[in-house]
Amino acid sequence: MKKHILTGTLTALLTLGGLSVPALAGPVDVVVENAWSRASIGMNRPGAAYMTISNTGDEPVTLIGLATPLAMMPEIHETKTNAEGVSSMSPAGEIVIAPGESIALEPGGLHAMLMRLQEPMTEGDTFPLTLLFDDGSEVTVEVPILSIAARGPED
Amino acid sequence: MQRRAILGYGAAGAGAVALMLFVGWWRVDGPGGPEPIGQRPVALTAMDFRLTDHEGNAVGPETLIGRPTMAFFGFTYCPDVCPTTLSDISGWLDDLGDEADEMNVVFITVDPERDTVETMAEYVGYFHPAIRGWTGPEEQIARVADGFHATYERVPTESGDYTMNHSASVFLFAASGRFVTMIDYHEPREFAVPKIRRALEEETEGAT
Repeated sequence: MKKHILTGTLTALLTLGGLSVPALAGPVDVVVENAWSRASIGMNRPGAAYMTISNTGDEPVTLIGLATPLAMMPEIHETKTNAEGVSSMSPAGEIVIAPGESIALEPGGLHAMLMRLQEPMTEGDTFPLTLLFDDGSEVTVEVPILSIAARGPED
Repeated sequence: MQRRAILGYGAAGAGAVALMLFVGWWRVDGPGGPEPIGQRPVALTAMDFRLTDHEGNAVGPETLIGRPTMAFFGFTYCPDVCPTTLSDISGWLDDLGDEADEMNVVFITVDPERDTVETMAEYVGYFHPAIRGWTGPEEQIARVADGFHATYERVPTESGDYTMNHSASVFLFAASGRFVTMIDYHEPREFAVPKIRRALEEETEGAT
């Protein structure tokens, strides 16, 4: 009972913290920073979210998936642009982050693709996004929704 | 005294080398570099297509002649590349300020099935007001892509929808319709804005 209250308080504190709350949870030593996303027009189009995920531990961590109440099919995708300048997107699969390393989910590269939105993404709101790791641990971050024309977490 | 002179020559020499390296970079890899052959669009005057802009006006390549043009392909259901390109372009236009008023800026959809005139109007409304959205029948979009030597392809996704692979470069044309250069996706802003100025300056040169 007491533990539940503590967890609740912690969650509330983290949520109140706003923009780049370092999310620490479970046995994995992972810090998520500068999370942001763009507002959507309605619910038919997929959304995208971006962030930096750092492995602060001594062991490699493997990111295997995403979960969020906002979208039925959240998945890490990667945009690639070939020598002819043609861009394409495909699921990135599992992502291993070496100890002390970070991966950047940023425009034109890796991104959290939010397919089958359950509600429109409204500028000024936030939504929880959970990163799932292969050891069963999870890290949840609150992702701020910025303007549809935002270029980065500072916009 | 002599030592200072030697130091002076040394500094001048180093400066000259640095300048040569910079000029070399500018011409080969920098904003002054040549474009990869094979993907250069033909001149706008050699293109032939009929589309509709986001306000319902009939448009074609001749709509763009007389002012420098920045054109690019995309689709409004694109979650990553297209909003990024549109935000980048909005930023470049802000940097150019009044100069940007002299340009055509056109976003051409490669997904006319979902991107109707109304959809394009709503979408471009979120970005810089200079950006026009063009759509039209599939066979006309194909003709535009032919002229630009651009490619696009419909790809099904696991969610049961589809996405579009497409050329993500921004194409720049002079007021005469001649192709000037392109800005590749991911190219830093320090390169993009000078390239746009090159297209703008060609107009002045052509007029004199």
